[in-house]
Amino acid sequence: MNPFLLWFHKIGSPPTFYRIAGRIAPWCLGIGFVLGAIALYGGLVVAPRDYQQGDAYRIIFVHVPCAWMSLFAYGFMAVNAFIALVWRIKLSEILAMASAPIGAAFTFITLVTGSLWGKPMWGTYWTWDARLTSELVLLFLYFGVIGLYYAIDDRRKAARAAAFLALIGIVNVPIVHFSVNWWNTLHQGSTVRLLGPSKISGDMVWPLLTMALATHIWFFASVLARSRVGLLELDSGKDWARDIALADAPRDTVTAHG
Amino acid sequence: MKPGTTFAACSALIRRDLTLVWRRRGDTLNPILFALIVVALFPLALGPEPENLRRIAAGVVFVALLLSGLLALDTLFRGDYEDGSLEQLVLSPHPLALLLFCKIAVHWLTTALPLLIVAPLLAEMLNLPHAILPVLMASLALATPLLSLIGAVCVALTVGMRRSGMLLALLVLPLYVPVLIFGAGACNAASAGLAFVAPLLWLSAGLVLALVLAPLACAAALKISLS
Amino acid sequence: MADFFAMGGYGAYIWVSYAVFLIVLAIDAIAPRLGRKRVLAEIRGKLKRQQTRKTP
Repeated sequence: MNPFLLWFHKIGSPPTFYRIAGRIAPWCLGIGFVLGAIALYGGLVVAPRDYQQGDAYRIIFVHVPCAWMSLFAYGFMAVNAFIALVWRIKLSEILAMASAPIGAAFTFITLVTGSLWGKPMWGTYWTWDARLTSELVLLFLYFGVIGLYYAIDDRRKAARAAAFLALIGIVNVPIVHFSVNWWNTLHQGSTVRLLGPSKISGDMVWPLLTMALATHIWFFASVLARSRVGLLELDSGKDWARDIALADAPRDTVTAHG
Repeated sequence: MKPGTTFAACSALIRRDLTLVWRRRGDTLNPILFALIVVALFPLALGPEPENLRRIAAGVVFVALLLSGLLALDTLFRGDYEDGSLEQLVLSPHPLALLLFCKIAVHWLTTALPLLIVAPLLAEMLNLPHAILPVLMASLALATPLLSLIGAVCVALTVGMRRSGMLLALLVLPLYVPVLIFGAGACNAASAGLAFVAPLLWLSAGLVLALVLAPLACAAALKISLS
Repeated sequence: MADFFAMGGYGAYIWVSYAVFLIVLAIDAIAPRLGRKRVLAEIRGKLKRQQTRKTP
């Protein structure tokens, strides 16, 4: 069998993935933390005051990366949901369900920080324009996926049902992204572009991009940590999980099986 | 009609569902009563000032119908799930999506159509200007089948859960939001004298897509929840 | 230093936003650890119950 395919199948095996994720996750956490600290310093101390918004614009350094992550997490969840539904790969089920709470957390941060930015800038904590409403809908979609996953007893069936729901809701992601182009919204249009020049000044963009990278790496750290727990739960009857549970036991309690 | 053909299966399913509803025809009043109560609560809460009510009339009627429809969604599969005929339906050799389309159609006829008939009365209770009524009826006529189709997919995911009411609402509402925005938006645009055809066209496009895709999605969802 | 905290008058909004950001992500980092402890304890409990059932 071709070595890449072999490696791919090995990765999908729960005990192997548990081990590998266990080694990668702390590094991701550490790197994410350091990059985040650098970005925070850049955003709060180094970046100059905006001529229009004064210091209030500094919320951008948390608001925008979290907004990007809320969409990225949903995309990650949807891709794994698709793989889980079509090929029934256990690991994809776990990865999809692990990314839902993280995505919900980022969406929540986006909404709260956006609201706190809106009050000084627009004079209101909330408005029902296209972008804010679709981001709120995104939060409810995440809650729906999480709720459905925990409502069904059979873990694999629950993951499949929640994955299906996640795929139905994917249509909201482009709506959130393009809402500022398609509708007249209070929320400003996009200033940071992937292809082509950005409309934001260079000394403000580097903390933004650094924080975006930091949140991406943090996301992976979190997904890996959560999927380790998910795999343990799913395979709780298997030997590999039992061995880990016994090895983890506090000294004075459980004795070895036998 | 040849027995054993898909057409025979569909017409048998339609006749069966209609008969079952007819035997409990009193139950069709429940969504209507709920909508009436919801609409009646608004003047009581906001004061009977006709100007206030006029401004929110279309939106409130829409929300009342949406919520009544949500309550009625549960009856789509519950009876069949409890007596085992839903599993037989899923196992049948006929295309499940087509059979489900017939079920959803009968469900819409027996729950949403009575609501549509009552809608003018609800609008009148809130002093909706008569000129807007045709727009309201058109947007409801487009929105209610869309809500039934989307709702059916979500009910299929929660079929058989004992206390699925709150979860169903959580699943369904993010997907209902665009329908509500366009439907009520058309009415609000009409009352402001602006063009209202565009949201109605969006609703029609959504309805056409849902007519084709929702039964397929519903079939896939049922296969997942009944597995 | 006081200027830094005041942030041109917008201090409250900025610092609350950053606090929400840090707190929510901290919760997100801690939750899997607690979950792991809980799942491992559950597995140990199940093993123990199976053992007491086997020994007569």
